[in-house]
Amino acid sequence: MRIELNVNGAVHELEVEPRTTLLDCLRDQLALTGAHAGCEHGVCGACTVLFDGVAVRACLMFAVQAQGTPITTIEGVTPGPGELSPIQDAFCETHGMQCGYCTPAMILVAHALLANNPDPTREDIVEAISGNICRCTGYAQIVEAFALAAERLRGANRPSELRK
Amino acid sequence: MSENPDHFRFVSTDRRVREDRRFVVGKGNFVADIDVANTRHVALVTCPYPAAAIKSIDKSAALAMPGVHYVLDGRELAEATLPLMTGLDTPNVPRRPLALDVARYAGEWVAAVVADTRALAEDAAETVKVVYEKLPFVLDAEQALQAGSVLVHEAHGSNVLLDKTFVWGAVDKDFADSPRHLSLRVKWGRSSTVPIETFGVVASWDPWREILDVWASIQMPRYADQIGIALKIPVSSVRVHYDVDVGGSYGVKRGIKHTVLVGYLTRRLGFPVRLIEDRLENMRGGDAHGPERLFNVDVAFDDSGVIRSMKMRALENVGAYAGRSPFQLGKPVGAIVGPYKIQSVQYRAMAVVTNKTTQEAVRGFGQSPTNVAIERTIDEVAHTLGLDPIEVRRRNMIRHEEFPYTIPSGTTYDSGDYHTVIDKVLAHTSYEDLKKERDRLRSAGKLAGIGIAACLEPSGGNAMFEALINPKITTTTFMDSCRITVDGLGSITATMHTTSSGQGHETLVSTVIGEVLQVNPDSIRVTRPDSLNSLPSGTPVGSRMAIMLGGAAFHAANKLKTKLTAIATHDLGIPLERAIYANGEVYDRNAPQDRRTWADLVQIAHRNFHRMPSDMEPGLAVSHVMQVPTGGKLPTADGRVQMYPCTSFEFHLILVTIDPDLGTPEIVCYRIGHDCGTVINPKIVRGMTMGGIAHGIGAALYEEFAYDGEGQLMAQSFMDYLLPSSHEVPPVEIIHHVTPSPNTVLGQKGSGESGYLGAPAAVANAINDALRPLGISTNTLPIKVSVLGDMIAAARANKGH
Repeated sequence: MRIELNVNGAVHELEVEPRTTLLDCLRDQLALTGAHAGCEHGVCGACTVLFDGVAVRACLMFAVQAQGTPITTIEGVTPGPGELSPIQDAFCETHGMQCGYCTPAMILVAHALLANNPDPTREDIVEAISGNICRCTGYAQIVEAFALAAERLRGANRPSELRK
Repeated sequence: MSENPDHFRFVSTDRRVREDRRFVVGKGNFVADIDVANTRHVALVTCPYPAAAIKSIDKSAALAMPGVHYVLDGRELAEATLPLMTGLDTPNVPRRPLALDVARYAGEWVAAVVADTRALAEDAAETVKVVYEKLPFVLDAEQALQAGSVLVHEAHGSNVLLDKTFVWGAVDKDFADSPRHLSLRVKWGRSSTVPIETFGVVASWDPWREILDVWASIQMPRYADQIGIALKIPVSSVRVHYDVDVGGSYGVKRGIKHTVLVGYLTRRLGFPVRLIEDRLENMRGGDAHGPERLFNVDVAFDDSGVIRSMKMRALENVGAYAGRSPFQLGKPVGAIVGPYKIQSVQYRAMAVVTNKTTQEAVRGFGQSPTNVAIERTIDEVAHTLGLDPIEVRRRNMIRHEEFPYTIPSGTTYDSGDYHTVIDKVLAHTSYEDLKKERDRLRSAGKLAGIGIAACLEPSGGNAMFEALINPKITTTTFMDSCRITVDGLGSITATMHTTSSGQGHETLVSTVIGEVLQVNPDSIRVTRPDSLNSLPSGTPVGSRMAIMLGGAAFHAANKLKTKLTAIATHDLGIPLERAIYANGEVYDRNAPQDRRTWADLVQIAHRNFHRMPSDMEPGLAVSHVMQVPTGGKLPTADGRVQMYPCTSFEFHLILVTIDPDLGTPEIVCYRIGHDCGTVINPKIVRGMTMGGIAHGIGAALYEEFAYDGEGQLMAQSFMDYLLPSSHEVPPVEIIHHVTPSPNTVLGQKGSGESGYLGAPAAVANAINDALRPLGISTNTLPIKVSVLGDMIAAARANKGH
């Protein structure tokens, strides 16, 4: 069937099977391979994308269900070739990853959290990523990346003389 | 060397990890991202029974579906390929990608369907009609050992793959001479590393060039060799692409059966074929389970808690076929006494087959279960004597001045300062205060316990356990390599020759070369040539890459530095002794203004042969193939062997509470003292340790591939196989110590298994300390909430609560 998807600000007309998941559609038809298949049953969170700004699992949604709602993938939050967003840079600073497989999802969760909560506590961060499994890091450096990104983003919104 | 040696410019400094940039933007090159034109997809038909004869396979309905290209069965594949390499001398236990005549565990692959899309292949797989005749089965290792047991492989004549007893030292005499003995039975449940990326492989055969291209999510020694052997093609016809990013492995990404399957299919069908496991395939038929091990430990000790001798029997339930599992009983021989001065050891290593999923290598290669057995025993010795468990450990530990120290099984530990590490942890966190907190929690109605574990991480991965377990294997080297070239304009490119799964090897190589050449590591390109263009690599197993790849990079860089210096001295017309290499330049010690810059030296080497020393090759290309330090000798006849070159040390001190009504454990304090010698990149080592602890908490409390009595795997999804989330992993404080290794180029040791090697033991000890007031204990891991809750309820009922 024919659908229209609004992904990273661009509208795509696509032919999909009704059973095609949003994840498979993004990866196979739009070549947006930053969203990863981990469990394909909604537990690990590696397939996370932003659905109207909310972090959701692309493996648990059919592509047809995503019509009419803006979708943002990791490719959509990367500022430009060779550039990193403050959140992406914070993950590099703390080394909030190892193999990199869960990383795009974690970064999108950070975008979703920090958009609504610029000054999250450790508990807020732990809760936000509790649906995203990382098998490499034990989460510590991911939590630190969230906190560092939040701190920098808060600073970025203040006049320079008030920044730390 | 001190903790932050001032003679290091880049090593041990808090530098970013260069691999991270591609991962944070979603541009990792994972196998499922690789888009080879015209690729067709595989789905698998699996056996629903733990043991069954395959009477017939009807492929007609599947083959009639549009878009379905082929259905491969085990008979065709077995006729065209050789069984997979196991390393054991057990020819009647062949392991193949698809079952041949008999399937031996629920989920074993019986046929493979090839179609235009994965979804179509799955649809078609459901229409393949297999007629089975159910056969009797055995699941339990001790039952499999008994005479008259069901045989998993009839032709082998028993279920025993390995039964080897080693005696190192005067065990009987030491037991007879010791006033006290203690026995303990410890069970390590079947779990694994379960990476978030499943295993995947794409293979493409070019019949005109006679090249099999392979892209895979692999972490496996001799991968290309094993493909070539099984498919009966020269290894020079196998091109494994090492620039594939592996989405987590921790030992287990060993999809050789998947690779032989798609390798055969692409050769048979003439188009590229891809198999990416779904989670069910990964957990059930992907052959990626880890150890399931039963220990019987006996120790002989005196009234002061000094342990003189130990007898350990380890019985491994390897599943239906021999993966790397039996060898995982061999590696712990290199640290069989842990950090302790136990004088004599009897070790019986037994591996039996059962009707469960096949095992592969798991982080630590069998060492973490063994460490649990040792550390649980030490705690029980302390408890029996009414002594403090830390004090008992101190009394038994090898002292700093006793290194290098040779343990009864023949391995010499390189260096260590165990007592100081413990002192540093206790200086950071008062043991007395922690005990007071435990007692306060207890008086507030909680169950609370302190967990201690002092464990070793043998590192520098050598394959000596192979020759130890199977004397027909005579391999005494396990190489790694690095090549460095400087191009005609002066840029440096270095190579590594394996895939990585998050260990930051590109950062390792560039940091070490930058250190030696005194140039910015960020300016050094690191590439991964394919297997046809590679030097030997033992791959990242056995916590070896800092030592082996780091060592190879160090030696190659020094060769380059030597060549640059020789060119400069020749061109300057000065004797070598007067030449000083600094920051990529060479100058005359007596006349520092007389120098050859990096650009000068590149110019001479690449273009001015007339200015080169007469016996020197032009250009700037060097390589180094490194032998494992301390390696090179076969085991002795009585099974003494130098296993790995280095031993890292970790001391865990934790406080755990258990909700007395629900049985829910919570780790409320976690401290670890960690000594892996010189740290090359602190961010990486910290991450490894934290991740290892999280993984160890999972193995201790949550993760198990449980089977029901009918031989069905009960943990087939992440709803049943519980991976620790951010809620289950507590904040951890790491207290660092650096005892450099004398066996490595920078004093470094391994850290890839750190945390995991002690966390399960610490958690098990903490739980048992918490349960002690109730008069109960448990030595079966994982210690699940449900079991804990029931045990506590029963104990309280008995006590009349």
